[in-house]
Amino acid sequence: MDILTHDILIVGGGGAGLRAGIEISRVNPSLKTAVISKVYPMRSHTVAAEGGSAAVLKADDSHDLHAYDTIKGSDFLADQDAVEVFVRDATNEVRQIERWGCPWNREEDGTIAARWFGGMSRKRTLHAADKTGFHLLHALFQTSLKYDTLKRYDEWHVSALLVDNGKVGGVLALNTRTGVFSIIAAKAVILCTGGVGRMYAFTSNAGILTADGAAMTYRAGAPIKDMEFIQFHPSGLMRTGILITEASRGEGGYLFNKDGKRFMENYAPSKMELAPRDIVSRSIIEEILAGRGFQGTYGSYIHLDLRHLGEAKIMDKLPMVRELCLDFAGVDPVHEPIPIRPTMHYTMGGIHCDKDGKTPITGLYAAGEAGCVSIHGANRLGSNSLTELLVFGARAGRAAVEYVSTAKPASNDRLQSLAKERMDFIQKRYMKAGNGKEKIGAILTDLRKTMDEKVGIYRTEEGLKDGIQLIQRLKERFNKISLTQQSRVFNTELIQAMELDNMLEIAHVIALCAQVRKESRGGHARKDYPTRNDEQFLHHSLTYMSKDGPRRETLPVTITKWQPEERKY
Amino acid sequence: MAEEIKITVTRYNPDTDKELRQQTYSIPYHNDWGILDALNYIKAELDGSLTYRWSCRMAVCGSCGMMVNGTPRLACSTYLNEFYPGEITLEPLANFPIIRDLVVELTDFMEKLKEVKPWIIRKNKSDEDDTSSEYIQTTKQMDNYYQQTLCINCTLCYAACPVYGLHPDFVGPAVIALGYRYNNDSRDQGKDERRKFLASEDGVWKCTVVGDCTEVCPKHVDPSASIQRTKVDNATNWFFSFLKGNK
Ligand SMILES: Cc1cc2nc3c(=O)[nH]c(=O)nc-3n(C[C@H](O)[C@H](O)[C@H](O)COP(=O)(O)OP(=O)(O)OC[C@H]3O[C@@H](n4cnc5c(N)ncnc54)[C@H](O)[C@@H]3O)c2cc1C
Ligand code: SF4
Ligand code: FES
Repeated sequence: MDILTHDILIVGGGGAGLRAGIEISRVNPSLKTAVISKVYPMRSHTVAAEGGSAAVLKADDSHDLHAYDTIKGSDFLADQDAVEVFVRDATNEVRQIERWGCPWNREEDGTIAARWFGGMSRKRTLHAADKTGFHLLHALFQTSLKYDTLKRYDEWHVSALLVDNGKVGGVLALNTRTGVFSIIAAKAVILCTGGVGRMYAFTSNAGILTADGAAMTYRAGAPIKDMEFIQFHPSGLMRTGILITEASRGEGGYLFNKDGKRFMENYAPSKMELAPRDIVSRSIIEEILAGRGFQGTYGSYIHLDLRHLGEAKIMDKLPMVRELCLDFAGVDPVHEPIPIRPTMHYTMGGIHCDKDGKTPITGLYAAGEAGCVSIHGANRLGSNSLTELLVFGARAGRAAVEYVSTAKPASNDRLQSLAKERMDFIQKRYMKAGNGKEKIGAILTDLRKTMDEKVGIYRTEEGLKDGIQLIQRLKERFNKISLTQQSRVFNTELIQAMELDNMLEIAHVIALCAQVRKESRGGHARKDYPTRNDEQFLHHSLTYMSKDGPRRETLPVTITKWQPEERKY
Repeated sequence: MAEEIKITVTRYNPDTDKELRQQTYSIPYHNDWGILDALNYIKAELDGSLTYRWSCRMAVCGSCGMMVNGTPRLACSTYLNEFYPGEITLEPLANFPIIRDLVVELTDFMEKLKEVKPWIIRKNKSDEDDTSSEYIQTTKQMDNYYQQTLCINCTLCYAACPVYGLHPDFVGPAVIALGYRYNNDSRDQGKDERRKFLASEDGVWKCTVVGDCTEVCPKHVDPSASIQRTKVDNATNWFFSFLKGNK
């Protein structure tokens, strides 16, 4: 098999991957670095982020305040040392991206403008209208083009990590265009593969978010962390789950039930619509369960009302919200309320790594939504994620540069034999055409239904047990899939099969961790254990793959300055 | 029986096909489905081999461009109800080589994107990575280039451009708009470095002002105006440098 050789390989061309790539190229342009991505980088999911990116820039704000808000928002499950690093680096990172061309909205005096966001005690969410992720990703992508030393493999699909004796040597990847698999050898690999959202039916996530990074790492023997914490965003557009940004509430939008009542006053009277996402999402579900939602073709929903903001403000601050409502729901928010309900949105957990992105596999790093440092703990505050991509993308890049200065590459023979093992597996598991009865599409539909119903916003012992069983059955059905074709060029069916396999593996972990965590904390809400239980559960969960399924361990939370307290808004 | 709609798709698999084929699928009609919903339905339920690109399904990533009844459109934000009860024909984006089915070759576009140097260039290089402060830019200064930042690189404008169809070397609408975007950003000082590429034989002057690019642009970037303004800009610059006698 062909071997393409690099010093550092970054898997993923979203915000985190590109930030890492630029950092490496800048710090040490003599390194052979590459970014590999299953879509052209600017098609990565970061492009869809809307509301903004949080960082301390203003005189009335401080790093301690940003840290405290983040830790409280996390329901005290974030590692506080990591959060401190995060808020400190954030300030420089957002200025850096400004210098790289991001068209941030401006204050009167020409400095970067900030807006309110849920759970933040200051106006610190910097924004480029409501297309912040779009502008940030394009600024990163375009700036990355400046570095001739940064090679790209666009539209390549990484199928496995090649790990020998606890040390990464590269990856096995499919060139979608030719259908040929190659080994990409690298002394260090940085995984920036994004989240897992596509295993849910009602989700704000792009089609590419299929848990690939987490599943690869898990199969390679390293743990994944805190997977039970899935964030549901309060405002998904009915039918599609497309996101209506939190900035719509940050700019002053109201939530109404069918009785015309701003029901948030019953749940978070001091913050109202600006309470953190976990609280607002659950409040909406409570309203719907109590029969106070509107009825539509696709189920119950409530109203997000922006009309009182007026057309000028909507066009200035929320133009994309208007575009999305018009294009995808036929509703004009200038004149009509928006029909919404909570949508699966973000993966707080991910590949276990430290604040330099380091994982337990030597030479393997993770950053962005794929990683779990953890700064989000049980619940991420909106607008902390875009900043996270910048901060931890850059940090992982620098750590990898340092590591490869002394690291030795894996031997080509060893890589060849690891790749061959994996190729045999791919042939056997995915490529058998025609002799299986199960359809990929049907299994995916059932997985997504299971996750929505059994591992959704509210969880119970019974539901989770069911969920785990159903997922196990889907895994068995997966053994009997067949592809309708064996084509080489752009065989998206083969890619779908690999992605589904990854999602099944990680869905199992999510359900299992959710079952073991018999408490409610942040995004993880158990109907049967409605309160937080610090005595038994103030810890991270680490999950390893084993022959008998997922094996779970725990890891203490790092607490520095802020003692856990009840979370009230 | 439930209502149905017919969708005819161009098929081409270089492994097995000598030339393009057309294949028609009948699918259940939903008035709130986009064309992408229909394609995903076909792929999951009827024909796993059908191949097309998509990612965000919310009109922002730029992946899903294709010819819809002869016009370049985004599949995710174009609705079946616009055509029903009529039929829909889907073809790969015009003016690009076909890789498979609705997937076209974008390497040429990606190369041109880089040639225009779409990043902030400063005379003093150390400014570029200085994080001790931000540049000051007023909203008014931002208005000079903001519209051109909205391009999602969907290449619909290339599929609509007759000049690009005839002369694939033409730099083309979106890339010129991107050059315009940086040239008019108050933080940038790289106009001179971009001029050679934009004013070259295959640059702005190839454009014959048909305006179809602006017509099809889903993000209202107005590439045609960017091209005309860049022409003016280059012409005056040429004139002034002539006066100064350094040309
Ligand atoms: C609709 C929406 C709005 C949001 N708004 C905000 C916001 O306002 N503020 C905020 O802070 N956060 C927001 N978020 C969250 C934030 O956008 C994401 O967490 C973040 O963009 C993730 O970036 P990333 O770089 O980690 O990964 P992504 O941008 O998801 O990129 C993943 C990359 O990995 C590649 N990849 C994946 N698997 C493979 C594989 N097997 N082989 C090769 N390549 C692979 C993909 O091609 C892609 O390039 C939002 C999220 C959504 C869904
Ligand atoms: S200018 Fe418009 S049509 Fe052309 S690539 Fe950009 S968004 Fe697409
Ligand atoms: S799928 Fe992203 S633009 Fe249509």
